[in-house]
Amino acid sequence: MKESLEALRAEFAYEKTNSCVQCGYCLPVCPTYASMGKETHSPRGRINLVKMVGEGRITDLSVLEEPLDLCLGCRNCETACPTGVEYGVILEAARAALVRRKTFSAPVRMLRNTMFTKVFPSKKMMKLAGNALWLYEKTGLQTAIRKSGLLNKLPYHMGAFEAITPGAASPAERKQMPQRIQAKGQAKYTVAFFTGCIMDAMFQRINRLSVQLLAAAGCNVVIVSEQTCCGALQAHAGEMAEARKLAKRNIAAFEKEEVDFIVNNAGGCGAALYEYAHLLADEPEWSKRAQAFTEKSRDISQVLAVCGGLHLQPRSGERVTYQPSCHLTNVQRVTREPLELIRSVPGIEFIEMGQAHMCCGSAGIYNLVHYEQSMDILDEKMKYTKATKADVVITTNPGCLLQMKMGIGREGQATSIRAVHLVEYLAEAAGIS
Amino acid sequence: MVLNRKQIEEIRTIIKSGQVLTEESDRYSYSFDASFGTYLPDAVVQTKSVDELIALVKLANRELIPIYPRGQSTSLSGGPLPVQGGIVLDLSVMNDILEIDEEDLVAIVSPGVLTSAIHKAAEEKGLFYPPDPSSSHVSTIGGNLAENSGGPRGLKYGVTKDYVIGLEVITPEGELIRTGGRTVKNVTGYDLTKLIVGSEGTLGIITRAILRLLPKPPASETVMITFDSLVDAGRAISRILSSGILPAKMELMDQASIVAVENYEPSNLPVDAEAIILLELDGHPMAIKDEVEKVAALCEAVGARNVRIPKNAAEKADIWRARKLVSPAIVRIKPTKISEDATVPRSKIPDMCARLQEIRKKYNIHLVVFGHAGDGNLHPNIIADKRDKEEMHRVEQAVAEIFAAALELGGTLSGEHGIGTMKAPFMEMELGAVGLDMMKRIKQVWDPNNIMNPGKIFPEPGQKLELT
Repeated sequence: MKESLEALRAEFAYEKTNSCVQCGYCLPVCPTYASMGKETHSPRGRINLVKMVGEGRITDLSVLEEPLDLCLGCRNCETACPTGVEYGVILEAARAALVRRKTFSAPVRMLRNTMFTKVFPSKKMMKLAGNALWLYEKTGLQTAIRKSGLLNKLPYHMGAFEAITPGAASPAERKQMPQRIQAKGQAKYTVAFFTGCIMDAMFQRINRLSVQLLAAAGCNVVIVSEQTCCGALQAHAGEMAEARKLAKRNIAAFEKEEVDFIVNNAGGCGAALYEYAHLLADEPEWSKRAQAFTEKSRDISQVLAVCGGLHLQPRSGERVTYQPSCHLTNVQRVTREPLELIRSVPGIEFIEMGQAHMCCGSAGIYNLVHYEQSMDILDEKMKYTKATKADVVITTNPGCLLQMKMGIGREGQATSIRAVHLVEYLAEAAGIS
Repeated sequence: MVLNRKQIEEIRTIIKSGQVLTEESDRYSYSFDASFGTYLPDAVVQTKSVDELIALVKLANRELIPIYPRGQSTSLSGGPLPVQGGIVLDLSVMNDILEIDEEDLVAIVSPGVLTSAIHKAAEEKGLFYPPDPSSSHVSTIGGNLAENSGGPRGLKYGVTKDYVIGLEVITPEGELIRTGGRTVKNVTGYDLTKLIVGSEGTLGIITRAILRLLPKPPASETVMITFDSLVDAGRAISRILSSGILPAKMELMDQASIVAVENYEPSNLPVDAEAIILLELDGHPMAIKDEVEKVAALCEAVGARNVRIPKNAAEKADIWRARKLVSPAIVRIKPTKISEDATVPRSKIPDMCARLQEIRKKYNIHLVVFGHAGDGNLHPNIIADKRDKEEMHRVEQAVAEIFAAALELGGTLSGEHGIGTMKAPFMEMELGAVGLDMMKRIKQVWDPNNIMNPGKIFPEPGQKLELT
């Protein structure tokens, strides 16, 4: 396919690469540069490859595939960059450009299509998946399958993840989530709660606790029924059209309610919601609405903090550490509130984790599709986790939560360390179950 | 391609413990540094083994394959660029050895160790490795040694070469030599240590270094002084330095940098001032208290508008943060930054400030002056857009004139970035024909086949500065 350089430049966000002065300040904060040890897997290296495409020096675009594929998309590099390079935009554009040209094998194409357009965005499908998980656990199938050794034969190391998936909520519990919840005492804010697809299917309990915490902190909570998946996984995989479609559905759904904030409890989803304004910037009929949506988007820690925190019971001498979600830290730039909330729990000892800003290797479905690389990154993370000698590791994103559980399991520490979502930990301390 | 398949095969048999990268994505990833130009190497080699490196260099010398040592490629002068193809040697992987010997007051390091790691290791023992290039958290000590890097503390403490007392080096013919040692005093023979430091990878590959450490100063204090005239600021710098006070750092920001920082992130800087000087004094707490007062009086005498001494650590951090914001702030104006490091004798700082203002007007360029004023190492930064060919042509002329001005005032082309490819065309201007020839002769003796970082520091016939 012969393409004009002009068109390639636009498609690859080449203009954005011009602000990279190649100083290398991003190198020390890039988890894949650290674990893979090549400039090819550094932000500076990846930006340069895109630059080379824009300058017509690289014409075989497949050269970019592996380096871009192996990026976690944690965007830690953006926090270290002295010239404000919009790495996320460059990565997203390049991935989308590559996906457009790629001919996936039939099964992969089908899997991508099914997952991205049918499963994640569909409440029904996710509910089915959640129910299937519950059935799987409750019927004894789990025990049988675990014993059979079949799990080791699953693709994408699914077996390894199966062992750490949480107990699913039963279909009965699932139905209990009401549409409107009144604030305890005087209502300070009215908020809409973003349930998320995976959060809702696999971590429904955390969603339920989130809503209860919000109410306890003084929020009237609305659960908008037409909401759908945030589109983060689609955008990261280069499926931009699908991501835009989901964004519009969410914007339209949440516009129906008068609320102060749209609250989420998953760093990755939150980042996607936070970037709707950017995602739809070029669509005149949507850009203002997307901007309004983004401005209302908040992580649950921000809302709990702005409400003045929670009434928490003292805990005795527990050592706690925190693994921040990359997307919460680097995209939404929320760093203070989760720490404040953790520190507000009376009686705990908080230990900061070394290299806390480095990604745990979960990164959406990265740990499924790049299992080995993800585990190398996780093993590094676990060195610092163990060094804290903490009893509890707190996370703020479902992917990180599973990954940390995985890491703890790999280290054989499952009996001495537990990984929990911030919401779970706060709920425990607030006496909410 | 310089390398043929057979040679690549042979390299692969030599490099057993590391990697030989030949994929296009990898070759492009080692084709650049923080200066200008893209040059594709044929292969990239990573190994921690000195023995393998020796065998590799022997092969390269026999087969006439260019070799380019590289750290993390933060170089601003083109030092590690593989301008003639061949092998890039990624030495950043050699980061295993970092010992602090408290008795001898030395650090022993391998070339891939980050400079900030040396700072940290020394400080943990109450010691101090003074050279502090702004990139120290990402640059390797090997790169610092090759380029003879400086940093803000150069004013009081000197640059990298002042702290290197011993080296282990692979010569371009593949022999391992040791220079200097671990004694501060060492006058045996020619000072090959000093010759190799700053030779920009043209004389060999540094595989280990012995660095001198100092006891850590017990206290430090910061002062920020505001001026209505850039030339007055230059005068104040000279006045302070001739008064017997030697600050650890003395940084200058001109109005363009102040305005850029304020627009980028409001930092409480006076946007109507023509210049700010930031000082750090270190030493005994009583002594620096006295020095702060003297500095304040001196600056007021030359017409400073305001002298500010931060009340606490947070205020102090804010002041230095504002200085750090200059780089990100100025590239918001235009994307391309040409960071020069021409340096003049201290007494000529006011003259250089005036010359830079003239050059800014004459070529109608966006020129920002900031940097390590105390040692004469002003950093005139030109902010341009490399897509604008006409503008870049004016920039090239302005850069040449900056070099000429620095040399006329008795200064030098490079205070800390090195010559690389960027300043090679101007070497004769500073050294003279014979001076340059003596350097070339040294290179010929060390590297008869010209395989070690070829195309650097010495100009090719007719070579000119080209930024587009």
